[in-house]
Amino acid sequence: MDWIEFPSLGRTDLLAIKKTIDGSFRGFTRTYGDYIDNFFNPLQDFLVFLENLLINSPWPIILAVFALAVYFLSRKISVTVGTVLALVFIGVFGLWEDTMRTVAMVTVCTLLAIVLGMPIGIVMARSDRVQGFVNPILDLMQTMPSFVYLIPVVMIFGIGKVPGLIAVVIYAIPPMIRLTNLGIRLVDTDVLEAADAFGSSARQKLMNVQLPLALPTIMAGINQCIMMSLSMVVVASMIGVRGLGQEVLVAINNQYLTAGMLSGLSIVAIAIIFDRATQAYGKRLQKHSEVVHG
Amino acid sequence: MAEATGIEVRNLYKIFGPDGKEMVQKVKDGISKTELNEKFNHVLGLNDINISMPGGKIQVVMGLSGSGKSTLIRHINRLIDPTAGEVLYGNDDVCKMSQKELREFRRHKTAMVFQKFALLPHRTVMKNAVYGLEIQGVPAKEAEERAARWIARVGLEGFEDHYPNQLSGGMQQRVGLARALTNDADILLMDEAFSALDPLIRMDMQTVLLDLQEELHKTIVFITHDLDEALRLGDRIAILRDGAVIQQGTGQDIVLKPADGYIADFVKEVNRGRVILVDTVMDTSRTLENGPTISSGILLEEAARTFADTGEGEANIVNEDGRPIGVLNVHDTIYAMVTPATH
Repeated sequence: MDWIEFPSLGRTDLLAIKKTIDGSFRGFTRTYGDYIDNFFNPLQDFLVFLENLLINSPWPIILAVFALAVYFLSRKISVTVGTVLALVFIGVFGLWEDTMRTVAMVTVCTLLAIVLGMPIGIVMARSDRVQGFVNPILDLMQTMPSFVYLIPVVMIFGIGKVPGLIAVVIYAIPPMIRLTNLGIRLVDTDVLEAADAFGSSARQKLMNVQLPLALPTIMAGINQCIMMSLSMVVVASMIGVRGLGQEVLVAINNQYLTAGMLSGLSIVAIAIIFDRATQAYGKRLQKHSEVVHG
Repeated sequence: MAEATGIEVRNLYKIFGPDGKEMVQKVKDGISKTELNEKFNHVLGLNDINISMPGGKIQVVMGLSGSGKSTLIRHINRLIDPTAGEVLYGNDDVCKMSQKELREFRRHKTAMVFQKFALLPHRTVMKNAVYGLEIQGVPAKEAEERAARWIARVGLEGFEDHYPNQLSGGMQQRVGLARALTNDADILLMDEAFSALDPLIRMDMQTVLLDLQEELHKTIVFITHDLDEALRLGDRIAILRDGAVIQQGTGQDIVLKPADGYIADFVKEVNRGRVILVDTVMDTSRTLENGPTISSGILLEEAARTFADTGEGEANIVNEDGRPIGVLNVHDTIYAMVTPATH
């Protein structure tokens, strides 16, 4: 009853395949690793700069800047007060520096995801072919266990900030792309026709009609992007990203219940601050849709 | 502004489907819309349309839903590409323009008003009104000055900073109209512009449009499914059914000489007193020595009012110089105003 066994490749064949692929990828990283590394240097510099800025500035200034930024975005006293309380709580429990590292990381990741994701989303919205091509890639990025793509990233970059950054961006960029695409595709065709009828060029249509009207959806994408970056920093700590994620990792390894809880709650607090601020800002941009006739 | 140029639509065909071009010959050979759809899976949108739209006048295109009227108006600024035929504006064929020429044509020669308003919801009334000028690159200050005039003209002064969904439907369409007028284009395309409004507001907007046209003399193409609206606004009317023109002429032509039973059914309910001119009914063989006078070119309903006011049975019809050109009597007036029993 040989046929009942699945006709899989033999151990030797599989080993040969794996060895060949691994070997050639290793060769690739040896040859081009430095170039790729250098290419990402500016990004690393920026991340380090932001991190140092947040950590080395006196804490009252950072606290004030956060409060002002949150107030400017949300225009809500309650959210602002909540932000200050949460940050004080974080500082009191000695997590200030780690939190600043994480905030720097998430900020850079989100900016990168917006800068890369929005153009891709726009191109996707314009062409069904591009959408058909990009969608499966996004599916892959979202479902592939993050540990798996950490392997090649680490092989190229080693351990540190940049591989962490790349891993987080890969994880966080799909909602940005998808929601930009969706937002633009959902824009009312009547309004687009009107824009055409008045002789808008493709660019004018994009800037004057499509992007402004897709903005609520795009803001939801940015919001999702921030949330996913935050959840990913814990995984990224496994490849040497410092910050709150690392504290969590240490806590898991040593079964430090309190330390783990505190770091986890700090991440939650930051997530809530970012979420409330960006959502309120997105809503405020849509003030024209709130006041309704009658 | 120079005398407005008319629009010539010649042998225009639109067939929706992958091989539209191949189907044109079949349509010319007389295949029916149903047959084309069943056998070849193509939809006949427009079938050999020939309309000469006069410059500076209101051309109404009337038809029920599915008759192709909205498709037709979208050929004039080529929001829809024709399968075959020409749309001539002066010496230019809109159908042959390059993308760039077409954009310039849309920017400077046409403006459009839509059934569902199609305002930009994230822009205020003022920002909506300047949209056409903004994309032409007119400086903001000048654009807003020009727009402010039209916003006031359509009766929206004081609402410049409101957003569209703060306004009622009628007011939103005034914004649509102001946006189109601000463009200062020769051609005004109105796609069922007043159909979404309730009857009183619609009448109101028709009056606004007629008043504006009195001073502007634009070439207006007005689409409607409402015969009363068509008769009130149209200098000329074309009636569309299944993508083909079945009759065109003045409102009076259509009411007095409907081309077929379909149109006759349509015009049955029309208030003929508001369509037929005294000139059509008067007796030109004689004039009166004295008695009331009625100006040539006015509607029977107004003539009837003169009879009612004066109590006379006959009146002279006088031309612009005040010279009598014929006689109208009460009996003929009433007879012309009621629907003939034969239809």
